[in-house]
Amino acid sequence: MLTNYLLSFLIWLPVVGGLALLAIGDDGDAESSQAGLMRKAALAFTILTFLASIGLYLAFDNAEPGMQFVERVLWIETFNVWYYLGVDGISAPLILLTTFITPLVVIAGWDSIKSRPAQYFAAFLILEGLMIGVFSALDGLLFYVFWEAMLIPMFLIIGVWGGERRVYATLKFFLYTFLGSVLMLVAFIYLYLQTGGFNLFSFMNVPIGMTAQKLIFLAFLVAFAVKVPMWPVHTWLPDAHVEAPTGGSVILAAIMLKMGGYGFVRLSLPIVPDGSAYFSGLMIALSLIAIVYIGFVALMQKDMKKLIAYSSIAHMGFVTLGMFLLWWIAADTGAGLGMTGAMVQMISHGLISGAMFLCVGVLYDRMHSRRIADYGGVANTMPVFASFMVLFAMANAGLPGTSGFVGEFMVIIASFKANFWFAFLAATTLVLGAAYTLWMVKRVLYGEVANSNVAELKDLNSREFIVLAILAASVLLVGLWPAPLVDMMNTTIEQLMQQVGQSKL
Amino acid sequence: MNWMDYIAAAPEMTLLGLICAVMIADLFIENENRIVTFWLSMASLVITAVVLYATAPEVRTVVFYGAYVSDPLSQVLKLGAVVLVGVSFLYARDYLRANDLHKGEYYLLGLFGLLGMMIMMSANSLLTMYLGLETLALSMYALVAIDRHNVTSAESAMKYFVLGAIASGALLYGISWVYGVTGSLQFHEIAAALDANPGLNSLPLWFGLAFLIVGIAFKFGAVPFHMWLPDVYQGARTPVTLYLATAPKLAALALLFRVLVDGLGSLHDTWSTMIMFVAVLSILVGNVIAIAQTNIKRMLGYSTIAHVGFILLAVYTGTDAGYASALFYALTYVVAAAGAFGIVILLSRRGYDAELLSDFKGLNTRSPWFALMMLFLMFSMAGVPPFVGFLSKLYVISAVLEIGGTGLAIMMVLASVIGAYYYLRVIWYMYFEENEDKAVLQANTDTRVVLSLNSLAVLALGIVPGWLLALCVQVVGW
Repeated sequence: MLTNYLLSFLIWLPVVGGLALLAIGDDGDAESSQAGLMRKAALAFTILTFLASIGLYLAFDNAEPGMQFVERVLWIETFNVWYYLGVDGISAPLILLTTFITPLVVIAGWDSIKSRPAQYFAAFLILEGLMIGVFSALDGLLFYVFWEAMLIPMFLIIGVWGGERRVYATLKFFLYTFLGSVLMLVAFIYLYLQTGGFNLFSFMNVPIGMTAQKLIFLAFLVAFAVKVPMWPVHTWLPDAHVEAPTGGSVILAAIMLKMGGYGFVRLSLPIVPDGSAYFSGLMIALSLIAIVYIGFVALMQKDMKKLIAYSSIAHMGFVTLGMFLLWWIAADTGAGLGMTGAMVQMISHGLISGAMFLCVGVLYDRMHSRRIADYGGVANTMPVFASFMVLFAMANAGLPGTSGFVGEFMVIIASFKANFWFAFLAATTLVLGAAYTLWMVKRVLYGEVANSNVAELKDLNSREFIVLAILAASVLLVGLWPAPLVDMMNTTIEQLMQQVGQSKL
Repeated sequence: MNWMDYIAAAPEMTLLGLICAVMIADLFIENENRIVTFWLSMASLVITAVVLYATAPEVRTVVFYGAYVSDPLSQVLKLGAVVLVGVSFLYARDYLRANDLHKGEYYLLGLFGLLGMMIMMSANSLLTMYLGLETLALSMYALVAIDRHNVTSAESAMKYFVLGAIASGALLYGISWVYGVTGSLQFHEIAAALDANPGLNSLPLWFGLAFLIVGIAFKFGAVPFHMWLPDVYQGARTPVTLYLATAPKLAALALLFRVLVDGLGSLHDTWSTMIMFVAVLSILVGNVIAIAQTNIKRMLGYSTIAHVGFILLAVYTGTDAGYASALFYALTYVVAAAGAFGIVILLSRRGYDAELLSDFKGLNTRSPWFALMMLFLMFSMAGVPPFVGFLSKLYVISAVLEIGGTGLAIMMVLASVIGAYYYLRVIWYMYFEENEDKAVLQANTDTRVVLSLNSLAVLALGIVPGWLLALCVQVVGW
């Protein structure tokens, strides 16, 4: 069956495409026909990958709690490492998100990347393949290989095509995430020595003592908390976002942050359930700090990208909050709600934050400034753009009818069941989120036309329009009709809940 | 002694004969035809490799009254050394020609050094070991001084010679103590003597052991006996540094295996502590000081020290997995080191040595392909997957964790993060900065092809490591 190799196809098609682009290379002229060909080839590869992932969606069986599209080949005999792929209701939506966002990123970089377009698009293609690899790897070492290899293209994307302080930002990004992941590697090797292999399912089944569980949880926590990012290890994110080119910011916010949340669900919770239970209070506290404190920090930002970066941290706080609520809720009252909310929030945040960064990118391409103060009255000169941006801002603030509402609402309901004060603090985001997003929108879009530069702005071109329209449609679709997404996850989440509920001591 | 003895030592004898032939031929070659010496040397290497392959022993063969051993470990290491020396010659050729250094001596000394390494790898007695070591060391002293009008080269050769002589003295002194206590120079007899009489495992032997370890640590360039290494790496002409940085590491590994594991294996409890301190210090000092370097050769020198620390920690474990991981680490590291120095040579041209990190600025504009190759090599050395440097670190860490060294494992991964910084800086200069120097890289097609294959090997080995891992396990478990 063709679907037997679908995951490998999804991973390697963009990687091979990226390598081909690298091999052909740039001719030093961004306007040349070769550069144009490179752009078209990159778009073709990403669209082909997206179409293949639709096949994944269609063939996906919502009722199956286990892994689907499994591929398993021995890779390194000495360590008993397998090339072991598979998806379930948790990873499949994230793969779809990845294949959906990447073509949009390629289109968004169409005109704005003037230097070395072939290398730029190659980096994104390779990155896409590696990210899909992270979401589908079921072998610990394979997971780690994809997880770390992903840093290489992102390091280059920020460093080569980034803003003024790009070197600082990209080194910080790389070293922070590298530091986080090496401890995860030590935990993996420890588990390998216990189980004789890197199979994630044998990691999940092997009994582990409480001390070891706590240490493993902490090792995983460092890796995933940096990636999510959680307060207080979030400081690389605003720097990386501000300096990254638009496409880099979009991928970073929309997909790479999700890796942290995915790591918690795929590794921390099922492998060390007792350790997770032990630290769940800490996790909830950190999440609430992220939601409230970072919300206030976002309010004070003068740079649009920084503001969205901080709002990402706050929104990702909902993801970790939703995941670790389950020990605080009686099992019969729907403990899975927080988890489902967290998963929906991941997808929704991927769409919204991606869209917000693209909006800033549209403005930046025209004005070469990210400072809020340089704008004002943009709605007068760019009415179409303004309507899109308002929609995304509303979604970012969690307006019902948009995808932003669904996940946050589920998590807030779940936290009510756990503890009134959790819910109270989490719900402040409805105020804070609205405050910082809408205040930015007001200052950028409305009011008098601020200066002559704004007065000369041209509205969206057709490429930008298509990208934003697709995102707007998907934000509304998930907001109004989340059922297909939730159905996809439900069976897997129920099974995860059972698994996490059983002690492994 | 019978004719079988000569078969076991055939590769070395063939090489010796060929070296003499090349040396005589070189006398009759005019300077402008020196390329003939290069091709003759390469042919000697090919013939040696063929003989090596043809005489590969099926079992461990001890010959010449126990002085010499031929086993799979020595075969693998020798083959690796022959290939690395060949690669070094190839990378060196264009540089030497461009800098009026194209003399027969580079190749001949290189071949003599190889002979020394091969003797070390096959040594079964402390004296054979010493003989090989000195053959190698004397060739290397002379190689470092090959450009005798260059002050820094002469200085570093002098430094290397004086310190090397002291280390050899220490080693010899240690050998005499071990001989005095155990009554034998041959590794298997030393081991048998120690097994038969545990009372020998006492202070006099430990005293000798300490001197042996000083000598070995010096040859490896491990902290605190590393002082010569950065100076020599920087002072020697780049092709010489390339030679020093690759094949002799394999010979040093053989020294370590033969003396500490084959001979003094039952003293593991005693020497492992010493090795551990040396290893931990090497990893920390090497990685931290490398950050401060502006000279790429010096930086790679300190990075070597850190990598040597990993190899020593692998041996410290005293398990088969540890030994196999040490072998795997050394084999993969020298591949990456050969590539990295090859690219440093590639950036040089007539009258201009690319020595500074800043010479890498804008390489992505000058040559996107070799910038990518250097990126592979640097990420491999930093231990980032999917490159092979990651797997070798993984193997060592898992061997250390297996004997309960959680603290050491955490130290290793944290040191890798510190180390990542200076490797990333090379990439930062290549990709994020521009350079006024837009000169096109000059290299012949054969150099370009081999250098590319060498760099791609770190990726290929990272993706298909199975055979090499299996080989290492098999060779060590013999």
